[in-house]
Amino acid sequence: MKYESQKVAYAYFAFAMGLFAIQVIGGLLAGWIYVSPNFLSELLPFNIVRMLHTNALIVWLITGFFGAAYFLIPEEAEREIHSTKLAYIQLAILILGTLGVVVTYVFNLFEGNWLLGKEGREFLEQPKWVKAGIVVAALIFLFNVSMTVLKGKKTVITNILLLGLWGLALLFLFAFYNPGNLSLDKQYWWYVVHLWVEGVWELIMASILAYLMLKLTGVDREVVEKWLYVIVAAALFSGILGTGHHYYWIGTPGYWQWIGSIFSSLEVIPFFAMMAFAFVMVWKGRRDHPNKAALLWSLGCATLAFFGAGVWGFLHTLHGVNYYTHGTQITAAHGHLAFYGAYVCLNLAIFTYAMPILKNRDPYNQVLNMASFWLMTGGMVFMTFVLTFAGTVQTHMQRVVGDYYMDVQDQVAIFYWMRFGAGLVVVIGALLFIYSIWVPRKEVIEPGVVETPAE
Amino acid sequence: MSDASLIDELPGELLMWVLIVSELLVFGAGLIAFMGVRLTDPAGFAEAQSHLYRTGAALNTGVLVTSGFLAARALRWRQAARRGAARLALISAALLGVVFLIIKGAEYAGKAAQGISYETHPFFLFYYLLTGFHAAHVLAGVAILLLVAWRDDPRNIEAGGQFWHMVDLVWILLFPVIYLLG
Repeated sequence: MKYESQKVAYAYFAFAMGLFAIQVIGGLLAGWIYVSPNFLSELLPFNIVRMLHTNALIVWLITGFFGAAYFLIPEEAEREIHSTKLAYIQLAILILGTLGVVVTYVFNLFEGNWLLGKEGREFLEQPKWVKAGIVVAALIFLFNVSMTVLKGKKTVITNILLLGLWGLALLFLFAFYNPGNLSLDKQYWWYVVHLWVEGVWELIMASILAYLMLKLTGVDREVVEKWLYVIVAAALFSGILGTGHHYYWIGTPGYWQWIGSIFSSLEVIPFFAMMAFAFVMVWKGRRDHPNKAALLWSLGCATLAFFGAGVWGFLHTLHGVNYYTHGTQITAAHGHLAFYGAYVCLNLAIFTYAMPILKNRDPYNQVLNMASFWLMTGGMVFMTFVLTFAGTVQTHMQRVVGDYYMDVQDQVAIFYWMRFGAGLVVVIGALLFIYSIWVPRKEVIEPGVVETPAE
Repeated sequence: MSDASLIDELPGELLMWVLIVSELLVFGAGLIAFMGVRLTDPAGFAEAQSHLYRTGAALNTGVLVTSGFLAARALRWRQAARRGAARLALISAALLGVVFLIIKGAEYAGKAAQGISYETHPFFLFYYLLTGFHAAHVLAGVAILLLVAWRDDPRNIEAGGQFWHMVDLVWILLFPVIYLLG
């Protein structure tokens, strides 16, 4: 750790990992309710469990991004963070908001209250006071990191990261606009949801990945920057009008079907480019970095993002296909692998890279960490396949044949059982990851000596 | 470093090439979709096409190609240190872009007067999407040409020219497919 203030990231990562554990356990619970629908139906209904699962995901990923920014910006800008005190205040606001959300959802407090009650817009259910808290926290964050970068060295990585984080905060403002017209409501809702994960988050992803590649492979900064520009240009070009793929059936004009189909098909390109980038950097790189686990997560991130976001997204993005698959388990399959590949793996990669540095020790016990990668990834890929099969059967029975929704659900129950099993493996992997980051203090396998072949 | 050197051999701005390839993919996909949907209703597409103002579009092709020629000359003149001539050529190229938009605007106004909108027939949906998206690029191109006429570093003029030739090329692909193909 070169700069004392990077230590701020430690607290962010700790909070993020805690929420990560809650998120996957919530997911496991939801997976159990799928196979045993009356489980906890009075105490903790499925819609609440699902809200906790999705909201916790978003919050821990963003907390991880904030932590990553606080970790890498001092190194890139070559100066301490503007104010560590502000960074901790920001985290305290985020924790308070998260607790408020959990308590409000679980006990269904203040129902209908404009300020304190949950707002009932999928993923943006947070009570208004929590939304306001998020904005305040984001403003503090942007002020803090922007001041750091403005006074320090400006690199392409920090510029793209800041662009992504500013975009994240500004687009969130659409969460406050909730028109009565349901079509308009959905239209603006996607300004947050889509333009986050298929727009500005991709900038954050590309810049963090670029930073990791720079550190882990030792490739020239110039080469990394050139790739970064191309990836970001491709992401914004395809992602912004790609929003149209959510406008097929919500009451917006018909031309969105073609705009959405064409532009969102191109969204595969930046994800392919990120995967190509990561592998080319490793091939070119001469550095034998000791943190192999961080490299595994980085390559896994780029690869799984390409398949989850790119391939599984393309699978149902054309409006002719989506006419049948919309809102089936195909969507759930895509959602799981895309979020896992692109943003979960990215966060776990930066945690794996940064935590040993923040704890001021060698990257101990990478075997456990790497085992957790394969457990989580294996579980998640299995879940994706299972849900894709469930979705295919569901699409045919429900949308082509015209069977009733609940009859079809009975027919795909076997897939939900397998999904529960896959989910269990993911949870075990996640807990193992957290254990491997925090607990072990020695290596299991002694690394061999690197031999230089005779010239 | 073979891949890097290959990229380094590209003239002009790398990001402009990324943009050009992306644009060609979008317009290419749009044209393929147009041709695909046309297969489902050849008679309806032919009928709808007969409402188009082909003379105006042919005139516009001439306007845009001439404008592209001027933009290309501008770079040569700027490289030969003839800054005044280069600027004049760029401003003329931009003005021809405006002429293109005026003719296009008249065409759209004519369609509107006949009560034709993007919902009239799938042909017109593609017609408005593809030519409208192209016209938006012409508008952006005019702004870019004026910008590089003002900031007339040869590299800027080259990048502006790259963009303008792409707009040209896209029109030359759109014109026969939408207006002429019988």
